[in-house]
Amino acid sequence: MSVILSGNEAVARGAYEAGLVFASAYPGTPSTEVLENLAQYKDSLYCEWAPNEKVAMEAAIGASIAGVRSLAAMKHVGVNVAADPLFTIAYMGATGGLVLVSADDPGQHSSQNEQDNRNYAEAARLLMLNPSDSQESKDFTKLAFDLSEKFNTPVLLHITTRTCHSKGIVTFADRVEKAAIPYEKNSAKYVSVPANAKVLRAKLEDRVKIMEEYANTCEINKPEYKGSKVGVITSGVSYQYAKEVFPEDTSFLKLGLSWPFPGELAKEFASKVDKLYVVEEMDPYIERHLMQLGIACEGKSLIPRFGELNSDIVRKSIFGTENDHSELEKQAVNRPPVLCAGCPHRGFYYVLSKKKNYAAFGDIGCYTLGAAPPLSVLDTALCMGSSISTAHGAQISWERTGSDRKAIGVIGDSTFLHTGVNSLMEVAYNNSNVLTCILDNRITGMTGHQQNPGTGFTLTGEPAPEVDIEALCISIGIKAENIYVINPLDLEETSRVLDEAMAKKAPTVVITRWPCALKKFSEQDKKEFDLTKKYCAIDQDKCKKCKACVKTGCPAIQTQADGSIVIDKASCMGCRVCLQVCPFDAIEEVR
Amino acid sequence: MNDVKNILLVGVGGQGTILASKLLSEALVNAGYDVKMSEVHGMSQRGGNVSTQIRYGTKVYSPIVGVGEADVIVAFEKMEALRWIEYLKKGGKIVINDFEIPSAPILMGVAEYPQGIIEDLESVADVTVIKAADIAGELGNTKAMNVVLLGALVKALGIEGIDWDAVIAGGVKKGFEELNTKAFKAGYAQ
Repeated sequence: MSVILSGNEAVARGAYEAGLVFASAYPGTPSTEVLENLAQYKDSLYCEWAPNEKVAMEAAIGASIAGVRSLAAMKHVGVNVAADPLFTIAYMGATGGLVLVSADDPGQHSSQNEQDNRNYAEAARLLMLNPSDSQESKDFTKLAFDLSEKFNTPVLLHITTRTCHSKGIVTFADRVEKAAIPYEKNSAKYVSVPANAKVLRAKLEDRVKIMEEYANTCEINKPEYKGSKVGVITSGVSYQYAKEVFPEDTSFLKLGLSWPFPGELAKEFASKVDKLYVVEEMDPYIERHLMQLGIACEGKSLIPRFGELNSDIVRKSIFGTENDHSELEKQAVNRPPVLCAGCPHRGFYYVLSKKKNYAAFGDIGCYTLGAAPPLSVLDTALCMGSSISTAHGAQISWERTGSDRKAIGVIGDSTFLHTGVNSLMEVAYNNSNVLTCILDNRITGMTGHQQNPGTGFTLTGEPAPEVDIEALCISIGIKAENIYVINPLDLEETSRVLDEAMAKKAPTVVITRWPCALKKFSEQDKKEFDLTKKYCAIDQDKCKKCKACVKTGCPAIQTQADGSIVIDKASCMGCRVCLQVCPFDAIEEVR
Repeated sequence: MNDVKNILLVGVGGQGTILASKLLSEALVNAGYDVKMSEVHGMSQRGGNVSTQIRYGTKVYSPIVGVGEADVIVAFEKMEALRWIEYLKKGGKIVINDFEIPSAPILMGVAEYPQGIIEDLESVADVTVIKAADIAGELGNTKAMNVVLLGALVKALGIEGIDWDAVIAGGVKKGFEELNTKAFKAGYAQ
């Protein structure tokens, strides 16, 4: 059977066919759909959302130790969170096949950086596979489990946004069940006290040599010899771009397995062509290895070191030519992403934007959009969970140096449970006067509505215990009188509470609680919140065109060519934020 | 390789470009073509511009359509045709929905929605203008405008021999088969 699948769907299918038993992940673009698609096979395997990537990685390691095939999936920056266990499990190796899916985001479509995680494979000494399309995403996933068991190593499956989110034709096979490898206690392998770890470190080098031999001879590193003039060494989706651009008589060495680096193979390939190019996205990873081997090639001297590649860029870089194309003088107006109509963050940000003498340390999620005009509230956004800890560092430093500026951490529910909770412990433990605002919209929003430990459901839709964020704050040392739970769409209440909370000389927490406007509401949501369908309308006779409502940044509120302002009924969610900011009572609610 | 056709579907998050692309690419696979389709998820869903790219032929390598390579651009929103115009082959086709979604700077009154887009496009391309929202609205649901546009695209591509009733029945939500079949036919008839 052949179907058209995205790379992420194909990874899920490959893992299923390979007899995967355990999978764990924290959602993150472009990796999220790997686990979402594994969920369809829940009768054959176990899959879950973990609170963060380190936990997901460790859970997958536990499953491998227990003797089954296991997988953890995450975006590139998630691997930073999981790096601690990763570097040591590379020493220990795997029992059941252990695969880490690292989804990189060249071009930063949806990420705060574009680190090249191929460097992780080399730094941690993990066998690495680099699929270039959907069929290979499936095939290499299956191979990854085999190789993990064959060489006693975790395998890094390196995919990128274009392999993750592009679809291609994939041929299916049946699932092959694997019996669990019987458990045997093996402390020399799995207890990383220095005495053991030193031995493991030496053994790792032996293993790398064996894997390197395989890399030089394996089927997925086979050269395509077409001519002796020009050769291209490439890997991953860059292969597809190069195939579009180079002439038919170009020879290709496509590296399906690029760590350990197949040096002998590369030398042989290079010796058979007059001119050698390296086509790769982001870092000069292949090129660096070739240079170390003394192989002459051209790569990053021509091709950009950052950003996503495509055929156009490769063509222009190598041949200096561009396609003829259509042109017009007229330009489209920018269309930046915005907080949705009805977004509960809007009310909170609108109120905060009116306060003075503070800096808002943001975090990673939909609410990062609070940095954009017209709200322009956030001062920073660094990485998952960083808001509270960076605010802490700033708060202490400002106090020590005579500034009365207030540091405010702004973080979402899922990000708080990911790693923000550790930062709040820092604040409570060190008695810091930081104000932490936890924007609880009852779901993981930006990545497309994944459940988390605070939402009451699992990945597969089973009911689950909910973290009580307020109780959690109390238990880590925030005093109950310094915790406020508010409805962020009630601007008066939000303003009053923020004034009080910003004045506190103690670790203080404001939890805003209202569900994401796009969320599929649970029964509990319907009970707890007034979610009846309603919308707002502007009475044009009362409207003075002051644009106070427009300054909330709601995409349902439109300035017409004649200067009048209307609310698009089809987009409006009836959140009433505009109604509350209108100084002329010109906006009314319609049910 | 030269027989590869390139299509761009461009619009605004939430307009249903992905469903239209999915229906088309599945139909092309069933018709025996090699097909690649590319889309970007994540932040672009929050009111940003979205694009889906479809390439089909005997053998397709890159999943992305290059500058000057698109045989057809389908613009689900008028201004988006402008944004992607350099991807159109010289003299290529544009199927354009006569439908405006103002972006944030326009909503806030700091920029103006460009006027005369269709006239400008007509000076460089073979343009088919479709009032897809009105057509879908007459059929009972404006949301079906994506499938109206798919019908118009299939007409522009001149692909034949595909059982579209079956493709649509298999690819849309239960209960919406009839609406979408009608929407497809209405788009094709434009």
